[in-house]
Amino acid sequence: MSVTSVAVEVQGAGSAPEQAIQGRSQWQLTWRRLLSDKVAVISLIVIVIMVALAIAAPAFAALTGHPPDVAYPNTGETAAGLPVPPGTNGFLLGTDGSGRDLLVRILYGARISLFVGIVTTLIATVAGVTVGMIAGYFGGVIDAVLSRFVDAVLAFPYVVLALALAVVLGPSLSVILGVISFFTWAGISRIVRGQTLSIKEKEYIEAARSLGAGPFRIMFVHILPNLLAPVLVLATLFIPQAIIFESTLSYLGLGIQPPTASWGNILGDAQSFYQQAWWYVVFPAAALLITTLAFNLLGDGIRDAMDPRTERIFAAGKRRKLDRARRKAARRGDLPAASAPGEA
Amino acid sequence: MGVPGAERTAPQQADGQAAPRPESDDDILIRVENVVKHFPVKSMGFTRRTVGQVHAVDDVSLTIPRGKTLGLVGETGCGKSTLARCVAGLIPVTSGRVLFEGNDISRLSRRQMQPYRREIQMIFQDPYGSLNPRQRVGSIIGEPFAIHKMASGGERKRRVQELMERVGLNPEHYNRFPAEFSGGQRQRVGVARALAVRPKLIICDEPVSALDVSIQAQVLNLLGDLQDEFGLTYLFIAHDLEVVRHVSHAVSVMYLGRLAEAGPQDPVYDTPRHPYTAALLSAAPAADPNAAASRQRIILVGDVPSPIDPPSGCRFHPRCPKAQPLCSQEEPQLEVKAGDPATHVTACHFPVEAGENLAAAGSRESGI
Repeated sequence: MSVTSVAVEVQGAGSAPEQAIQGRSQWQLTWRRLLSDKVAVISLIVIVIMVALAIAAPAFAALTGHPPDVAYPNTGETAAGLPVPPGTNGFLLGTDGSGRDLLVRILYGARISLFVGIVTTLIATVAGVTVGMIAGYFGGVIDAVLSRFVDAVLAFPYVVLALALAVVLGPSLSVILGVISFFTWAGISRIVRGQTLSIKEKEYIEAARSLGAGPFRIMFVHILPNLLAPVLVLATLFIPQAIIFESTLSYLGLGIQPPTASWGNILGDAQSFYQQAWWYVVFPAAALLITTLAFNLLGDGIRDAMDPRTERIFAAGKRRKLDRARRKAARRGDLPAASAPGEA
Repeated sequence: MGVPGAERTAPQQADGQAAPRPESDDDILIRVENVVKHFPVKSMGFTRRTVGQVHAVDDVSLTIPRGKTLGLVGETGCGKSTLARCVAGLIPVTSGRVLFEGNDISRLSRRQMQPYRREIQMIFQDPYGSLNPRQRVGSIIGEPFAIHKMASGGERKRRVQELMERVGLNPEHYNRFPAEFSGGQRQRVGVARALAVRPKLIICDEPVSALDVSIQAQVLNLLGDLQDEFGLTYLFIAHDLEVVRHVSHAVSVMYLGRLAEAGPQDPVYDTPRHPYTAALLSAAPAADPNAAASRQRIILVGDVPSPIDPPSGCRFHPRCPKAQPLCSQEEPQLEVKAGDPATHVTACHFPVEAGENLAAAGSRESGI
């Protein structure tokens, strides 16, 4: 068999069905698997709604006629100076301790929370991937220095340090962004370093080196694209952490400063009123819970979609239950097909 | 022949090699001189002291004439791939020299090495591991053009598609991912990538051992045709003796980091002088059942010793059916044995004589 005939064969076999079967990329496959995961789809919808509401917050303020920072002592407070319950005087979710519209403030809080969550995760991901990839790829002294630095960052009691930094530098949005990113990138960096160590031993990295590719080409063309999957999962799971971190700082009065609304400082103010005004605590807390839960579940869904081998706890439980039912049925003789035909 | 469908005519240069006239440096594309590669073995724990050396390659010399194929055989772990990586400049040598067209390339920096990267290319064993799964085939094959700034844009695409056609791939599959190809097709992608920069030397590191036998023949034929077309020189590494016999002009046998025997392929295959070569050849399955039945299989006893602590003297002596006390004391040098052509060298104190029955000797001494 000569090469030319082989070539003809290959082409002949490849050309006809090729039009019918369009190759799917890894991302397309992942996306399809994600869409078949109900929990992930619901989480995604929740997140999209939350983002839309946050973007539309000024529109809501205009619609209700209640700007976020304006107090309504006459309509928004009872005679005793307490918040009014939901539905009173056009306040859909009631008012807060100063007589401001709680719904509008929660929506403005969503802007802060989502902004902080996404921006800090972006900063931390870029920094973590850069440091982790450099440490993993170059190894040796560079790795030793960078890895010990990462260890040091991870070893800090970060809440205490964040509080100290917020006190020293004064609370502001940029300090919060800086503090949260600084304590998040190290975790990403460590995982990226591990991934890089395993990817750089792959034969295609050696092939690239034998072609004459330099370290930057290898890192950006060959390692980074193969890192994206785990990093994307990680980033999705870091967003809710950052949101909670921001809320914690604001709750303690060291984050977003009043009168700017943030879920954390709304909750902080609410603790003086929780006996009189349940809505003041429940609604911002629910917004925080739903958002972080949605991001966490979406992250899980993305991880499962990227790597179908990882099993979900629920799925495993369901399968066990199914197995048990099948075994029971087989014992009773309901399912003769399950046993070998020779036994019957 | 063990490879069905492989009908490439046997190379006819064996007598050229045997000629007494020494080859001038012009004819030699690559010359490996006394290359040694040791890997340090580090202790676990904080200090990472060096506690030993893996003797991956010890004092190996090879020459490959321009346009020829040298087959390098040996079992897994004998240092074949390490030697290939030393020749390709992917890992630094511990000592020795690698001369490419007379220039020592074994101690060059990455930048100095760059022009030689275009001359020396590699084809890898694993058609699944050697292609980046996130890169499209077009950019895999086009990567050498990008690295060496040889072509870009439409010109690059045109040349990549030419290469794809040349190696028997459908050029319309330019935008596919490696996962959409079969093993044989992926290996063709690897061949096209190696061919892109028009190299002089291609190091084939077990290029067909991961493929089906029928696909092996196709890839071997392709490599043979490309050699004729572009005047390529191959360093062909394999553990399949029949594959090596099919493609090589000369063959070198490695055992535990050292050369055991080297020479033109016919004398080495027909009258092996090193007991290890004889044992390897006796173990290869024969296509003809009659010949297989009449053949004496030499069973080696024991395992390959650790390359961290190789045996003294001849490294093969603990497993050799002909071992004598001398073998554990003195290391045999590669030399021409009586009755062999000048290019056939063997590192053995007691070379195998024609008609000698090693199988009997082996089983008697091991008591099996």
